[in-house]
Amino acid sequence: MIPGKFEYFAPTSVSEAIGLLGQYGSEAKILAGGQSLIPAMRFRLAQPEILVDINRIQGLEYVRETDDYLEIGALTRESAIEKSTIVQQRYPMLADTARVIADPLVRNMATIGGNLAHADPANDHPATILAYNARIVAEGPGGERIIPVDDFFIGIFETSLERDEILKEILIPSPPGGSGGAYLKIERKVGDYAVVGVAVQLTMEDGLFKSIRIGLTNVSSTPMRARAAEALLVGQTPEEALFDKAGRVAAAECEPWADLRGSEEYKRDLVRVVTKRAIRKAIERANGVL
Amino acid sequence: MGTRTVNLTVNGQAVTREVEPRLLLVHFIREDLSLTGTHIGCDTTSCGACTIIMDGKAVKSCTIFAVQAEGRSIETIEDVAKDGLHPLQEGFWEKHGLQCGFCTPGMIMCSKAFLQENDQPTEAEIRWAISGNLCRCTGYVKIVEAIQYAAEKMHEKANQPTQVQEQEVVA
Repeated sequence: MIPGKFEYFAPTSVSEAIGLLGQYGSEAKILAGGQSLIPAMRFRLAQPEILVDINRIQGLEYVRETDDYLEIGALTRESAIEKSTIVQQRYPMLADTARVIADPLVRNMATIGGNLAHADPANDHPATILAYNARIVAEGPGGERIIPVDDFFIGIFETSLERDEILKEILIPSPPGGSGGAYLKIERKVGDYAVVGVAVQLTMEDGLFKSIRIGLTNVSSTPMRARAAEALLVGQTPEEALFDKAGRVAAAECEPWADLRGSEEYKRDLVRVVTKRAIRKAIERANGVL
Repeated sequence: MGTRTVNLTVNGQAVTREVEPRLLLVHFIREDLSLTGTHIGCDTTSCGACTIIMDGKAVKSCTIFAVQAEGRSIETIEDVAKDGLHPLQEGFWEKHGLQCGFCTPGMIMCSKAFLQENDQPTEAEIRWAISGNLCRCTGYVKIVEAIQYAAEKMHEKANQPTQVQEQEVVA
């Protein structure tokens, strides 16, 4: 299938790209990895008049750790995240996520910034980025601003980025000692969207849950946290009965719909089971088991 | 909304063409360059029949615009047999890694990029590497064997000079 016609720009700097977005407004769309946008254009689900290809902008592909954050450039390919030693050793939940996105060929092009800015509730990064309590660095005509991830996803395929803003960087806070995380995805086959995905990032202190954040994939129209399940766990001693309860609470607070991947009831039950498994795995990792 | 000039390297040769920005790379390869070894299977970024190697990475050419390949180097299945059959092609022949053959160019391009990164893969790693390439005939067992055959052959070849040096030292 052939996409509709568009005018193509390949700016070489962020400011040039922002200028184009300002000039063309809602007619313009950013092309990053293109692995969601181009299929949508082939189906004519998306017909942007203007494509701003940001792949020629230097300096947006990196994974590096500073004292406070893991900093990831928006154009970093999923395959680079998947293979990054820092990510594998220090941010295993992020490695879990990158390795289950689409397939290896898609991951050679797909970017983390595109995955987030697309704000598809079926995408995998939103849940994990919510669980990590990340910060999103956006740049617009007035300069940079930092958006807390809880304020980033505001609707289906909708973020709090302004039309003339570009997502530049993702900042994941360095986990304190006693932290662990895991992302578990149930998929029918490689390359499919999640039936259900659960991201858990937690910190243990003196044998209790000091903090925990749970992100859910593809069970709500906007990427969501399982806040009631989180609240149930904080300050408690980890034990099976509690995990079971947390799973039930998460299953109740998500909002799945019936589709080819299953009925609403089936998806809720998966959330219940997978939440428990993800909590157990995150605890194992907090205890040093990778 | 006119055309744009795109300059790229295809199978080692410099190519310049005028293209519409909406032209997909796979259509550019097949129709503008008449290199029809790269296939179109699904048109939904699912099957990997259109896999090519761009700047060393295996990618789906149906999900890239031709204009995005400006300045890049791409390799298609046509280049693989330039010095006789490649070990991967030999492997698919010897191990019966194909039936209808439609997925084969994509399987070979994907495995070629993969073996450049990992020349001693496990079976699980091979299955992971080709998980974006669909085959509806074989059930994959023979494809995995074909890639294992190629990996062994390529690894042997790559290590020959070292073995010769060791022999010299012993002698």
